[in-house]
Amino acid sequence: MLSRARRERGRETWRRFSRHRQAILGLALIVLLTGTALLAPALAPYDPDAQTDIVATRYQAPSVSHPMGTDRFGRDIFSRVLYGARISLSIGFLAILIAITLGTAIGAIAGFFGGRLDTVLMRGVDLVLSFPRLVLLVVLVALFEPSIALVTLVLGLTGWMGVSRIVRGQVLTVREMEFVTAARVLGFGRTRILARHVLPNVLTPVIVAATLGIGNTILAEAALSFLGLGVQPPTASWGNMVASGRDAMLDAWWITTFPGLAIVFTVMAFNLVGDGLRDALDPRRVS
Amino acid sequence: MVALPALIRYAVRRLLEAVPILIGIVTFIFLLLHLAPGDPATAYFNPNVSPEIIDRMRENLGLDRPLHEQYLRWLRSFFTGDFGYSFSQHRPVADVIRDALPNTLLLSAVSLVLIFLVGCAVGTVQAVRQYSALDNVTTFVSLFVYSMPGFWLGLMLILAFSSPAMPEFLRLPISGVTSIDYEFMGPIERIVDRLRHLVLPSFALGIASAAGVARYMRGSLLEVISQDYIRTARAKGLSERRVILKHALRNALIPIVSLLGLYLPLLFGGSVVIEVVFSWPGMGRALYNAILARDYPVVMAASFLFGVLVLGANLLADLLYAVIDPRIRTD
Repeated sequence: MLSRARRERGRETWRRFSRHRQAILGLALIVLLTGTALLAPALAPYDPDAQTDIVATRYQAPSVSHPMGTDRFGRDIFSRVLYGARISLSIGFLAILIAITLGTAIGAIAGFFGGRLDTVLMRGVDLVLSFPRLVLLVVLVALFEPSIALVTLVLGLTGWMGVSRIVRGQVLTVREMEFVTAARVLGFGRTRILARHVLPNVLTPVIVAATLGIGNTILAEAALSFLGLGVQPPTASWGNMVASGRDAMLDAWWITTFPGLAIVFTVMAFNLVGDGLRDALDPRRVS
Repeated sequence: MVALPALIRYAVRRLLEAVPILIGIVTFIFLLLHLAPGDPATAYFNPNVSPEIIDRMRENLGLDRPLHEQYLRWLRSFFTGDFGYSFSQHRPVADVIRDALPNTLLLSAVSLVLIFLVGCAVGTVQAVRQYSALDNVTTFVSLFVYSMPGFWLGLMLILAFSSPAMPEFLRLPISGVTSIDYEFMGPIERIVDRLRHLVLPSFALGIASAAGVARYMRGSLLEVISQDYIRTARAKGLSERRVILKHALRNALIPIVSLLGLYLPLLFGGSVVIEVVFSWPGMGRALYNAILARDYPVVMAASFLFGVLVLGANLLADLLYAVIDPRIRTD
């Protein structure tokens, strides 16, 4: 019975989501981006790191053979943007996974057990939130050697606070509901009630926050890489590509422009889908 | 006269609540920098520097002391405003801060005004013309702007404004706070010069947030417009302009004030990148340069001050909210 009701609800959500034209556009963009990222080795016309005959091929304006031009080492920008998608998307996904896992766990524990534990955890959230995220990121990364793993971890560790607040709020409402009381009367343990009965009912806003969070995570990664504190060259990331074109920007506009556009469209795609999901999952927003 | 003491009580309570967080911030930074591998003196590891010198530096910095003693010294130095000495700039950190902080505050303030003016104006137009072509286009444009990295927008602005195609009268300065010949300008020219330098950085810093404010404003105004008292105002025969400007806007702006606490921290964070792009000599650039130079006293002081700024922004947002909405003060 329950699973049928759930399936019913899933279908209803999809129906509302698919009527959201912008969300479908976003979804299509994400599928396209993920596809090109996965197929980058097959799609890229050149090796992203290859520097064949620098003098002859560097700083070439966009043309048929190099659709986005070449950089100062004669590397094909289009190929590098494709490979950069792999880096930016995987960092985005992994970091948000860390963030929502942490955020859900902390928020659920704080909301469900309450009392002093709740106070301590939420003061912790306040504390981390009292730094601008980018400041925290820059300082954290600078303490260690920058690497892709470190950037991912640090992005995850600075992105969970919003989720934990949402989850805590939801748990506070859900734990007072009758089915939770029923579970308690049946003698289930607290951990079981939390994991099996409370958590599944608070995940909807987490999904929305995660989708919207990926965009922000990709932006933060790009900013870090732009500052030279994120993904290190020669590995292509959109942020460090923008930075690498900065010196010669006035003569070779394409080096900074195209990776930046890639960031904008990717972030926009996730925001579109996130908005669509929020509208589709919120029963009050029936148009 | 009854409302005032309640407001003051609320302000005092909020200020007192901020104190433990402030201590938390100081402690957090201390732990962060001591959990990291190595210590500030390792920045000087170099075959040309003898280990004795490094040890003496540790001693000078107090790094050879027990942790709790270092912590107490650290606490005391922050509450006396003594931030130590900058290795890379060879002057007290307090001087570095004194030069940089006003620039960041100025940039953020101008950006903030821009965010709320542009955001509220766009959101209002969208709400009044809901589902029109104008609404759809501006919604899409705001989403595009919202998804833009600030540093990239900054670079694109620099590209556009330094292109030869840009007519002379539209040229705007692309770096720094003042022009080279600032010294020789009259008082009014100086103000104009400073304002012109602010245009591009504050735009690049704030425009994404303006798109966010516009979205909130649209939603907030739409909600207000659907309420009964607006129908009453229309039924009275008031002009639509008057209904929106006099009756609806006022209530729609209330939740917007709370966005202050959301967007100011975003501005402070964004200032790190924007100040680097536009060579703006503020806190963000000071922090960034200090990190590159491994100048720990400046890193610690700057991150502490960013924390204080965010705390202050939240306090300001809460107080403004309490001034506007009396219900807040009582609970």
